[in-house]
Amino acid sequence: MTRVVLWGTRGSIAAPGPDTARYGGNTSCVEVQGDEGTILLLDAGTGLRRLGASLPRRLRRVDVLLTHLHMDHIQGLGFFAPLHDPHVEVHIWGPASVTQSLYARLTRYLSPPIFPVRLRDLPRLPVLHEVPAARCDIGEFCVSTCLVCHPDPTVGYRIEAPNGVIAYLPEHEPALGAKKFPLSRQWTSGYTLAAQADMLLHDTQYTLAEYAERVGWGHSAVEHSFAFAALAEVKRLVPFHHDPAHSDDDLDRLYAQAVATLKPPFNVTPAMEGAVLELGGGR
Amino acid sequence: MTEGKEVEILRARQLASSLALPIFLVDPHGDRLYYNEQAEAVLGYRFAETGAMPALEWATIFRPYDEQGKPIAPEQLPLMIALTRRQPARSTFWIKGMDGRERHIEVMAIPLVGQAARFLGAMALFWEV
Repeated sequence: MTRVVLWGTRGSIAAPGPDTARYGGNTSCVEVQGDEGTILLLDAGTGLRRLGASLPRRLRRVDVLLTHLHMDHIQGLGFFAPLHDPHVEVHIWGPASVTQSLYARLTRYLSPPIFPVRLRDLPRLPVLHEVPAARCDIGEFCVSTCLVCHPDPTVGYRIEAPNGVIAYLPEHEPALGAKKFPLSRQWTSGYTLAAQADMLLHDTQYTLAEYAERVGWGHSAVEHSFAFAALAEVKRLVPFHHDPAHSDDDLDRLYAQAVATLKPPFNVTPAMEGAVLELGGGR
Repeated sequence: MTEGKEVEILRARQLASSLALPIFLVDPHGDRLYYNEQAEAVLGYRFAETGAMPALEWATIFRPYDEQGKPIAPEQLPLMIALTRRQPARSTFWIKGMDGRERHIEVMAIPLVGQAARFLGAMALFWEV
């Protein structure tokens, strides 16, 4: 059974506090555990610190799949224990820019004055892979990527496991520029990644009213995510990347309202930090 | 499964649909992907009615001709130059729109090169002169 553990579900900036204790305050970080021991980590937000401490001591390889290099998706890297352990081979997958390699872009964070430890000073250099790339196998998973609609180079991931498909698009604005969303499948950003996925983790940062004031910021309103999930015919939507200004009560209300109004043809499991989701169904 | 368009093409369409300039988008094979409402006014036909179209078909359907009235070969059109030579091109010529009206237009075309130097097609901006 493939397990999906949510270590960080918050968008934009860590938002710890009593008002966000249930959905969580750590930024994007998801662990995908395969039956055969393969571990994929989706994004390296602040949730990565606790995740790193929880990994088995015998682990010799771990793959970190970055969607993009905005701070809320990489901040945990500096505090990720396996990067400081010479016995662990850390593979980092992420987008380059048109002018800079992934290495050069990562060092903008992992170097002074932003961070005291340079990437090159780590006891074992991580193996870097630039995406989007061809489909590839990582352990028992087959991983596909493609660029999606978000400012700066940003990818989404489609992870095919022996018992189902996970699509991960934590920052995504497929409704940008559409007079009526969704457009056709062909013309919808991210569709190929999410098509018929068993589990879709997708950006639900805003309400429609908030989105109207933040068009082009790279995020979705809850209604857009539901429409995208319906277009892609997913089995389960995991609303993700909650706005830091939304309290637990706000999120309860927002998602309950969306389910009641939109009556989605799929299951909805709002992302809560600490939750463990199991992937079922066929590949 | 339906293959989605590359995100750079999606964004080019978004840009085209939000600008007042007539814009035409083609894929790396020159097949027409999209033209915006402003282009519909110049070309004399709605995108919803014509849809996607192979390169040879659209390049001849508007019957482009020069100032002397001589037909222009498809490979001499700015959009085809942007596609085949992967360089910007500009030209002024006449077309006969699908509504039968003759129009004098100026066209600027650029190749679309995406992340990791992927060649994705070309975009033409044009207007009546």
